[in-house]
Amino acid sequence: MNAPIVRLYGLLLLLFAALVGFTSYWAVFDSTNLKDNPENRRPLIVEQTVKRGTIKTADGVTVAQSFPQGGGKHPVYVRRYSQGSLFGNPVGYSFVQVGQTGIERSENAELAGERNEFTSILDQLRGVPQEGDNVTLTVDAGAQQVATQALQQAIASTPGAAGSGGAVVALDPSTGAVKAMASVPGYDPNSVKDSNVFKQLNKKSSGAPLLNRATQSVYPPGSTMKVVTAAAALDSGQFTPDSVLSGRSPQTIGGFPLSNAGGEQFGDIDMRTALTHSVNTYFGQVGEQLGTDTMVKYMKRFGFYADPELDYPDDQMAPSGPYNSGGHLVTSGFDVGRVAIGQGGAEGQDLATPLQMAEVAATVANGGKLMRPTFVEQVTDPDGRVTHKLSPKVASTAISPGTAAELTSMMTDVVNEGTAVGLSVDGVTFAGKTGTAEIGDPANGINQPWFIAFAPAADPQVAVAATIERCQGCFGAEVAGPVATQVMESLLK
Amino acid sequence: MSARNRELLALIPVALLVTGGFTAVFIVESSKIGDLSLIYGGYFLAVCLAVHLFIRARLPYADPYLFPLCALLAAIGLVMLFRINDSLALKQASIFVAGAVLLALTILLVRDYHALERYRYLIATAGILLLLATRVPGLRAPVNGAYLNINLGPLSFQPAEVSKICIVIFLASYLHEKRELLAVAARRVAGLTIPPLKHFGPLLVVWGASMLMLFYIADVGSSVMFFGAFLALLYVATARFSYVVAGLALFFVGAVLMEHLIPHIGDRVDIWLDPWHSKAVGAGQIQQSLFAQADGGLFGQGLGESLLKLPGPFAPHCAQPFPDCGSILPAPHTDEIYAVIVSDLGVFGGAGVVAVYALIAARGLKIAVMARDGFSKLLAAGLTAVFALQAVVIIGGVVRFIPLTGVTLPFVSFGGSSVIANMILLGLLLMISNDARRPRQAPEPDQELEALPA
Repeated sequence: MNAPIVRLYGLLLLLFAALVGFTSYWAVFDSTNLKDNPENRRPLIVEQTVKRGTIKTADGVTVAQSFPQGGGKHPVYVRRYSQGSLFGNPVGYSFVQVGQTGIERSENAELAGERNEFTSILDQLRGVPQEGDNVTLTVDAGAQQVATQALQQAIASTPGAAGSGGAVVALDPSTGAVKAMASVPGYDPNSVKDSNVFKQLNKKSSGAPLLNRATQSVYPPGSTMKVVTAAAALDSGQFTPDSVLSGRSPQTIGGFPLSNAGGEQFGDIDMRTALTHSVNTYFGQVGEQLGTDTMVKYMKRFGFYADPELDYPDDQMAPSGPYNSGGHLVTSGFDVGRVAIGQGGAEGQDLATPLQMAEVAATVANGGKLMRPTFVEQVTDPDGRVTHKLSPKVASTAISPGTAAELTSMMTDVVNEGTAVGLSVDGVTFAGKTGTAEIGDPANGINQPWFIAFAPAADPQVAVAATIERCQGCFGAEVAGPVATQVMESLLK
Repeated sequence: MSARNRELLALIPVALLVTGGFTAVFIVESSKIGDLSLIYGGYFLAVCLAVHLFIRARLPYADPYLFPLCALLAAIGLVMLFRINDSLALKQASIFVAGAVLLALTILLVRDYHALERYRYLIATAGILLLLATRVPGLRAPVNGAYLNINLGPLSFQPAEVSKICIVIFLASYLHEKRELLAVAARRVAGLTIPPLKHFGPLLVVWGASMLMLFYIADVGSSVMFFGAFLALLYVATARFSYVVAGLALFFVGAVLMEHLIPHIGDRVDIWLDPWHSKAVGAGQIQQSLFAQADGGLFGQGLGESLLKLPGPFAPHCAQPFPDCGSILPAPHTDEIYAVIVSDLGVFGGAGVVAVYALIAARGLKIAVMARDGFSKLLAAGLTAVFALQAVVIIGGVVRFIPLTGVTLPFVSFGGSSVIANMILLGLLLMISNDARRPRQAPEPDQELEALPA
């Protein structure tokens, strides 16, 4: 009987091997699928049992904090946003019911305390419960407050603007730090965990408050685009500030007549004068003379054609540049003369995010170097050790310091004697460029006002872009200008 | 080194595992304060030592590794139960003491296990009556549609655990007597070996009993285990693989019929085939079982670290204590304890547990090979097969190798009947091995050995 006993053992070993094989399949080979299975609530529950890190502003105001709920030995933590709607954008929210957005999502690994294997084993041995890292933003709560209120006031008090939205972005030109980013209308992140409120906020009629207009919305930048065109013209060496072209209106650009604002006539003028008075026909000719390739090359250097290199969720950012009627970015075949003045047509409508236009101002302010924008000043672990600190990185060298200096000088003229006369920043000399993009049929007089600027002109500390989605018969300087200057004032104090 | 000293040394890893395991859980769950936790460990080791001394006195030639391997499983079980809910570990430690006492009683009372052969029909009847008792009104307590328990006042008892031993004793004895006839008197018809029906009758009765169990108490797990042990014994006794094939075919025919007759069994099969779309009650259990294992990976989350108890607001409101309620994985201390092991200790932990069963099977079958008479060989092989198959049936269910059925993981799962029955089984195996390994020329009887049975 011994031979069958040995064979019986062989059979049992085969069965045991099958058990180990199946265990390995679920625990290792198929584990990713099982973890992603929508029926699997484990990852979600585990994340809720970790005390998520706190988000504070650069000036020490707590924006987001987690509190235990349910008590007992195994609490779960729920997020609370003490500043309400002030930071709904860009901070976003983090709730079991609706997921994560904004900085809550892009900084999730830090906030949730995801550690490497070694530290977590050490923590386990020490009996330390897992806890998230704290994130300090570059954003200044005071400036954020000023930015939001200025936008709301501009929308409320401007004819034709009621019910629309707007955005303003302020950057530190030398570091890329985002000092303020407001998007109106806003929402209170505490409210979205209620699924009814969340559904309501997603309806078209609510004015899309969850949309971060500063990073996600693309608008025709209008004459603020002339800064990019002038930069390309000067830096390529094809033009100087004294290059003379005709400023009469209308002129044929891209096969169709192009007029100056209000049909204003200029004679033969140099580029400085053309920028100061925002002469469309001058820059239309510059665009055509530079050609598509040079314009595209410089747009790319300024950050167009790609999502900003911001630490922010990809699906909450949009790239800027000429979009065709199919909604795709195009690098050729568009009306370069009109793109040069921030407009265009079906074959290539120039569109840009407020963040992109703030980066244009910041690049000029920083001597031609575009710094990688960032929200995060530093990350500290629960024991207070700094695990990450902002280190400024150059995203691209767009133009030479000489070109930047010439542009700064020309943009200072815009404020002192041109389209932005009347705007002031606490007695500081600053540089700026207005924009008034036409929306739809020009006969309706619906415009999108813009203002981009940096201050002080001699030693730039802050660069800003502000825009309101629409207003009736208005101009950039009078609507968007005060929003930008108030934000700069609050940051220069 | 003598067999008994090897046994004592082999208990050292068990001691280390218990102390290390309890300490690890203790560190993770600082709430489980105390001296109490370490007392469990000491308590358990004292019982192991007592059993060792008893074996030293009564069965000096018994296999030295069998008991330490079973103690190792019990230690793994205690640590896991301590990690799930410390009060379960305390109960299980007490059950382990009761089991040790029964192990000793078995060895003392049975004296010579060959005597069991004489009572085989009595034992078989007792085994089947025990099973049927689960349907007796007043005693019965169905769980998930299966009749596994009998309730005796405050005590609940799973008769299948004891029945399996009764039936193996009967089969070993019966096959020992008839094996020559079954193997030799067979006729070959059209290439198939047909055993003489006269002698095959009682074996068909066993098949019928298994089917009846499926039908009457709807206990698929025990039924598979019983029938598997039966086929293993039949094969060992006759060395005819064709009998095994025929037996398996019979079983599948029966099982397919049952699947349609009894909704509970049909559900189990549906869930096994597709746990993601099955609407049957219990689909969630196998889903959670797989999710728990997915969290384990190669090395596991760490002892006590994987998610089991639903925290705060996720916990349902319920009167029953954890883990009967409020566990993300249903039945983590009984059916699903292997999933908890994989979740905490990973594939390596799970494979380690499986390896211990493989080693026990190796020792058990080695005893069968070494045994000197046919009954001993068949009994050792049968007891080992039923023990190993129990592990295969429950782990196989948890890892979706076969449909999940409610049997316990021997020595590891929480449960009194299981530990006690398996201790009796272990006692019988130790007795057989003592006989098998005793030197042919009896040594000079010294004072210690005089107390031995003849």
